[in-house]
Amino acid sequence: MGTEDKQRPDPDELLARVKQQEADARRGKLRIYFGSSAGVGKTYAMLVAARKLFGEGRDVVVGIVETHGRSETEAMLEGLPVIAPTMLLYRDKELPEFDLDTALKRHPALILVDELAHSNVQGVRHPKRWQDVDELLAAGIDVFTTLNVQHLESLNDVVGGITNVRVWETVPDKVFDQADEVVLVDIPADELLARLKAGKVYIAHQAERAAGNFFRKGNLMALRELALRRTADRVEGDVQAYRVDKSIGSVWKTGNALLTCIGPDAGAERVIRAAARLANQLNADWHAIYVETPALQRLSAPRRERILAALSLAQQLGATTAVIANPQVAESVVSYARDHNLSKLVIGRNPGRRMWPWQRSSGQKLAMLAPDIDLVEIGQSGGTVNGGPIQRITADSVESVERRRRKSLRYVWAALACMAISVATMPLALHFDPANIVAIFILGVVLVAVRLGRGPAALAAVLSVCAFDFFFVPPRFAFAVNDVQYLLTFIIMLAVGLITGQLTAGLRFQARVASHRQERAQSLYEIARELSGAVQIDQVVTISSESIERTFRAQAALLLPSPNAQLIAVPSRDQTSLAVDIGIAQWAFDKGQPAGFGTDTLPGSDVLYIPLRAPLDTRGVLAIKAQNRRLLRIPEQRRLLDTFAALIAIALERVHYVDVAQHAVVTMESERLRNSLLAALSHDLRTPLTVLIGLADMLALSKPPLSAEQRETAESIQDEARRMSALVTNLLDMARIESGQVQFNLQWQPFEEVVGAALNGMQLMLKEHKVIVRLPLDLPLVRFDSMLLERVLANLLENASKYTPPGTSITLSARVVDDRLRVTVEDDGPGLPKGREEAVFQKFARGERESSTPGVGLGLPICRAIVEAHGGTITGRNRPEGGATFTFTLPLGQPPPPEPEEDAGELSSAPRGRSEPLAESDR
Amino acid sequence: MSEPHPVALLIEDERQIRRFVRAALEGQSWTVHEAETLRQGLSDASTRRPDLIILDLGLPDGDGIDLLRDLRQWSKVPVIVLSARVSEHDKIEALDEGADDYLTKPFGVGELLARVRATSRRRQEHGLNPSVPFEFGDVSVDLTTRTVLRAGATIHLTPIEYRLLALLIINEGRVLTHRQILSEVWGPSHAGDAHYLRVYMGHLRQKMEVDPARPQHILTETAIGYRLVQKPRA
Repeated sequence: MGTEDKQRPDPDELLARVKQQEADARRGKLRIYFGSSAGVGKTYAMLVAARKLFGEGRDVVVGIVETHGRSETEAMLEGLPVIAPTMLLYRDKELPEFDLDTALKRHPALILVDELAHSNVQGVRHPKRWQDVDELLAAGIDVFTTLNVQHLESLNDVVGGITNVRVWETVPDKVFDQADEVVLVDIPADELLARLKAGKVYIAHQAERAAGNFFRKGNLMALRELALRRTADRVEGDVQAYRVDKSIGSVWKTGNALLTCIGPDAGAERVIRAAARLANQLNADWHAIYVETPALQRLSAPRRERILAALSLAQQLGATTAVIANPQVAESVVSYARDHNLSKLVIGRNPGRRMWPWQRSSGQKLAMLAPDIDLVEIGQSGGTVNGGPIQRITADSVESVERRRRKSLRYVWAALACMAISVATMPLALHFDPANIVAIFILGVVLVAVRLGRGPAALAAVLSVCAFDFFFVPPRFAFAVNDVQYLLTFIIMLAVGLITGQLTAGLRFQARVASHRQERAQSLYEIARELSGAVQIDQVVTISSESIERTFRAQAALLLPSPNAQLIAVPSRDQTSLAVDIGIAQWAFDKGQPAGFGTDTLPGSDVLYIPLRAPLDTRGVLAIKAQNRRLLRIPEQRRLLDTFAALIAIALERVHYVDVAQHAVVTMESERLRNSLLAALSHDLRTPLTVLIGLADMLALSKPPLSAEQRETAESIQDEARRMSALVTNLLDMARIESGQVQFNLQWQPFEEVVGAALNGMQLMLKEHKVIVRLPLDLPLVRFDSMLLERVLANLLENASKYTPPGTSITLSARVVDDRLRVTVEDDGPGLPKGREEAVFQKFARGERESSTPGVGLGLPICRAIVEAHGGTITGRNRPEGGATFTFTLPLGQPPPPEPEEDAGELSSAPRGRSEPLAESDR
Repeated sequence: MSEPHPVALLIEDERQIRRFVRAALEGQSWTVHEAETLRQGLSDASTRRPDLIILDLGLPDGDGIDLLRDLRQWSKVPVIVLSARVSEHDKIEALDEGADDYLTKPFGVGELLARVRATSRRRQEHGLNPSVPFEFGDVSVDLTTRTVLRAGATIHLTPIEYRLLALLIINEGRVLTHRQILSEVWGPSHAGDAHYLRVYMGHLRQKMEVDPARPQHILTETAIGYRLVQKPRA
């Protein structure tokens, strides 16, 4: 049972794999030429492969390749198309840099981009070259690149430990792990040294001294081992993926994720890297958390920056990160682990700082709290590489000076408080026991702790003891003590003062954390409530920029897309201060990824651009510039900001759909109005016409008979009324067809039937013309609306009779041409005016401008509308022998089968070859 | 005057239309009662015992079809409905519910009187006299011997064609909807297969009409059905 389960791939996992494969199909393929150090021949190997593909006709382009002046490499470049690098000015020097935009525009099948770990000069879109490569891959371009082992993020410190040379240009492991192919370029250490001696390895001038240390045989062998091992890990991963794919064996991800917890010391980075490696080996998710205790909260700004930097490193290495405020480190770590179902815990070992024998290390505490969780302790690095700047930190010096000043002021206040208590209690000394005086001092210490915090409280405790001794313990006004028992009083007083100060300050901290949390929740609640009431884009813009300004003490602006997906800044009321870069914003919008300050894309900008991604679409970009830039780096704040962005996006989407719905309602309403108008018009126009025709008829038929003249008058009243009625019918039909309100009653029927009906209806009008009908007997059934097609024929016939003199002939014929029925109505009258053969199908157009022939030119436009609605065409032209021809076509399609024949018993006299069904069937 | 004047009930809400219809009918010696609403029309139909009802389908207080349905439960009095051109569906429904004929607004007095005559004649004749051959154009049909002659020569019809022709003859002058013909000739289960009917009607025309593309007797009522007329309109 159990084994069976294991062998069956998890459907979710398979689905994820399919999705990944789909994404991969669109993405370009990345091949990394991986080596243990410079000089092993990565670039050369890459060029050899590229040349081969180029020779086979692949569209290969050199993006950037560093030849370092080596002739054999340069020779390999010959003949390959190269994208010229852009020259960027940096510190008065022109530096060549890979031209990403040209490469994207050129869009080759394969591009060579050397030195994956390269850091770009400031002013380029991405700070790192691997990000350029990522964008190339996303655009569907295949990339060949090179990488040395010491540039891999997770091995960075290990290599540093081996060689004592630390490089700062690193590539996240995920880039390496997600590469489609890794080609290991490997030569033995001796050969590399020989190449070095022969001057075949490029070393930058300033690094020459360090290189002496670096290129030692021992180092080279260790690096080689690292590179081989890392490649082997990858290959194993490939094998595993293959096995999973093919359902071979039963190696499944166990899903035991790990948790690492870091502290403020420099080892944090090391712990993070170790955890990342471990997670990678276990193929598990991992979390990195930092528990902020009251003590840690009081750390200096640069140290806190370092913690945040370590967390962001963890994020880069693929961890989920969090900052938790809780004075009980061990408890909160364990509860986090339990909440997230993390079964392994990675922490740094700190053996020092154990003041008392009963104090336990954090590892021991954790082990006691959670005996079921695996604990991995990472040893401290003893090397010289330890520490170093994690990231250059722009400490806000103005703010820290201000803070320091406020801090010292608090101590002054604490001292003043002690003095005040001493002076105030002096008169009491005569009447009260010293024990009571002690109580007053302790009260003072507690109050100081509440108001001013831990440090001032400690100062107050010490000062209180001194003051008590000096002013109240005999001999008074001297520090000497007569009675030894007062020493005990002093000790207890000091201890009580310190402990109460500590406790109160702790409470104060927790209260502050709680109020921060409360503030965050409150601000979220407020923006959610306000946005839920917004029904217009303007309101959303105003509400969101205001609440972001309030919550983050930052300037904010919303950029919304125009219909063609170009972003436009929405000016809010006081929208003058924040200068947004539309280019960056557009990038963030198009990619759906944040850009600008604190991100991987153009971090040089001081504005952060967050795409507003709603469930259905990206609705715009939020630009934010914090006064206190550190604020945006704190994970909690970023998460809060992301939540804000999501809320705003949802509000924008809702407003968008409110608009859509409103528009639909308006359309529906106007449609309804038009329909009822048409119905009313139809009734109100027809009723009087009916009456008019009827009464005129009555007049003509009245007895005794009218005179010939009167009779004629009555008849012309009737004629005109009928004409008016036809006009109304045409107008209403046109309106109905144009509004798309006509419901077609499409039926398979013989065409001659509708011809007969039309001719029958037109009898009176056609009585002065000779009508010739030519219909072949074998016309197939056609699918049309008989009512509407009768109108087409009636209009064409009416047209022909109206514009031709009496006595001329009108020919109606139909035949099958290809897959269409082709119907023509010809007359031998004056024909259509030259050049207006098409214009007669326009509304209110007539053949001659000032014609005396009555009738508004609506007949032909209606014909066109009806025929086109049937999927046919209609044209008019002049016959060479004179007269006009109107031709329309109808698609034939596949008519339903005729009724099955059954009985041929009775003789059929069907004269003209059509097979006669003789069914006398079911009775 | 041996016979009393026939009585017509005119149910129509437009006064002017009532006026000329009444005048036209009275000119033909009809006694005309007018009703303006559905309710009044229904009660007049039972109290006045009319020989003909002319019913407007669009009445202010309800649908004329409902009145027709009620009426047909207890009366076979001929009904001619008045309707606007666009409402083919209403006409078909009215005919299926038992109306005898329809007139499309606007209509002339001539058309009105022709329909009235045809309708009341059918009623008076109480069906055809089967012993007399029915004649139209150059065709003569003897329903008792089931022979069809055209210009004196025997014409052979398939059974379905014959049944179609007989049905049209029995209902001479009257519109038959596709549904009515289909259920009479093919049976109720075929009521949807209108294209069979159209094909057979085409065959019948080719055998009966001088110019099948311009029929004089077997007329198409577009989108509604067919009607056989003995004498073509002038």
